[in-house]
Amino acid sequence: MKNLKKTTKVDLATYIGVTVAFLIMYALQTGGHLTSSISGQLVPICCFIVMAVSLNLVVGISGELSLGHAGFMSVGAFGGIIAAQSLAETIPSTPLRLVVALAVGALCAVVVGFVVGVPVLRLRGDYLAIVTLAFGQIIKDLINCLLVGYDSHGLHIMFNISGLKSINDLHLEETGKAIIKGAQGAVGVTKISSFPAGFILVMLTLVIVLNLIRSRTGRAIMAIRDNRIAAESVGLNITKYKLMAFVISAALAGAAGALYGLNYGSLVASRFDFNTSILVLVYVVLGGLGNIWGSIIATVVLYMLPEALRQFSDYRMLVYAIVLILVMLATNNDQLKALLGKIIPHRKEAAGNE
Amino acid sequence: MNEKRPSHKGKMVPLPTNSIIPERDLAVTPILECRHLGIDFGGLRAVDDFNLTIGRTEIAGLIGPNGAGKTTVFNLLTKVYQPTRGTILLDGVDTAGKTTAQINHMGVARTFQNIRLFGNMSVMENILVGLHGEMNYSTLSGVLRLPSFFRSERIARERAMELLSIFNMEDTAEALAGSLPYGAQRRLEILRALATNPSLLLLDEPAAGMNPSETAELMENIVKIRDTFHIAVMLIEHDMNLVMGICEGICVLNFGQVIAKGTAEDIQSNPVVIEAYLGKQQ
Ligand SMILES: Nc1ncnc2c1ncn2[C@@H]1O[C@H](COP(=O)(O)OP(=O)(O)O)[C@@H](O)[C@H]1O
Ligand SMILES: [Mg+2]
Repeated sequence: MKNLKKTTKVDLATYIGVTVAFLIMYALQTGGHLTSSISGQLVPICCFIVMAVSLNLVVGISGELSLGHAGFMSVGAFGGIIAAQSLAETIPSTPLRLVVALAVGALCAVVVGFVVGVPVLRLRGDYLAIVTLAFGQIIKDLINCLLVGYDSHGLHIMFNISGLKSINDLHLEETGKAIIKGAQGAVGVTKISSFPAGFILVMLTLVIVLNLIRSRTGRAIMAIRDNRIAAESVGLNITKYKLMAFVISAALAGAAGALYGLNYGSLVASRFDFNTSILVLVYVVLGGLGNIWGSIIATVVLYMLPEALRQFSDYRMLVYAIVLILVMLATNNDQLKALLGKIIPHRKEAAGNE
Repeated sequence: MNEKRPSHKGKMVPLPTNSIIPERDLAVTPILECRHLGIDFGGLRAVDDFNLTIGRTEIAGLIGPNGAGKTTVFNLLTKVYQPTRGTILLDGVDTAGKTTAQINHMGVARTFQNIRLFGNMSVMENILVGLHGEMNYSTLSGVLRLPSFFRSERIARERAMELLSIFNMEDTAEALAGSLPYGAQRRLEILRALATNPSLLLLDEPAAGMNPSETAELMENIVKIRDTFHIAVMLIEHDMNLVMGICEGICVLNFGQVIAKGTAEDIQSNPVVIEAYLGKQQ
């Protein structure tokens, strides 16, 4: 019972921290006190928090290395864009359309997550890293071949594998519009993402991931991570739980992708390349494997940093490196956590838990 | 499956010879029957023609010098290794083709010679993982925190505390499993195994690394566990006081072969055993 209370406190502190941060930033934004560059980063930061927390579920909680998390973000982004663009008239309400787009993005990522996860996670051994690495690359190439348009007859989808076709081959009506133009990516996207929507998605992700970790399912996932043979010996189905972590993570990345995609007027698939996957992995590792609030802090700090460091010009990379080390120490080091715990009351519980 | 059998004489396949099943268990199906069990690792016959029957409430011992194949027998019984030859029956049911997890669902739980706890999880959580199958809420109700989640978790935590009380370990519930002293880790492994509600408990060197007083306490507790849970216990152990003190049937393994089977007296006076095993210690 004591344990339940302690972890509940950590979770509560995380929820409260995120909410307070949101309220402050939202007040500043609506009050017009933010520079346009910071204001423009609010939605992407929310997306990347969701990315980091969901990747932590796979890497930190399930103990599997995934190098293609951006691939799921990509699937979700383009799935979400197709849904939002083609439903523009059917669902006039923007928030509702955004919800549907996020759900579609998540669903697309779930399907792809199964396709990638089922064959790999049945195997013993660390094949996931190599397969997700390839997946990230392949998904980018596939989307670069994708031609999608919409008119009164509905969706037109074509795979331009030969590279010879163009959007004109979809034969859209006069009133129809192109949604994805192959390597040019998504064009003419109506921006419907918003900071409050990002906040809600972050909170939803936290509820799902934190509650999952504190349930029998999450314990099974962590048990398999800690000792596979022992986990099998107490009757756990290894593939089932590894797959569950992987697919839930993919779903959240898909939703994050949809929110991200609908935040810009156009989007190319190369935005979600290997570097993006690694970037998110860096957030997770620096924030601490299995440490959810650590992932959030690492994401916020490291995402904002390059922008904030402009003034240091020549020393920019040096300061960046120093901050990386500090973040790592702050979220991974027990002594430093204890020290922080003495200064900040909320951190005390968090430090005691990890 | 639990129905009584008048006598095992009527059985289609006779019990292996030299059965060491205790008198009180003779009328019911044995919990475990191994017939001609064997496994090869490359050219090495790690276990060969292993026949053993264990009664429902028996405490059985498996002894033998290092490298004799004892742990391998446990790995065969729990399907960590697939047998090259032979049959394993659990409560009369053939286990061919089953996975390790399915063997646990069939009522076999074990500990490991080289301790395998969930080191980054608390003592309580380790036992809760053992109780996984007893909890009946779905992943969705866990995420949504439906009433079934709270009810099931509360019952499981109470049950875990009961289990911890067997070894007076309630105080350590919140400690990290990996940070416990060696003896406590071994005891926790036993409790985690017990949490899965087994009918056969396999203990691989449970007293290894324990001091004499811890070992004496463990002996009492193994008997207590058998008596309270009415289960069979099969243990591998080098501590002869423990083996001779609590095992009703003992099986001696040497170079993968059974060289003797019987009661403690039989084994202690068996010249083959003395030569192969006990002799070395004198
Ligand atoms: N996975 C394996 N691969 C190859 N040889 C093995 C394997 N497991 C056990 N052995 C061999 O089988 C023999 C019996 O080992 P083991 O069952 O661990 O003995 P012990 O009686 O000490 O528990 C040893 O010679 C060991 O080297
Ligand atoms: Mg051994």
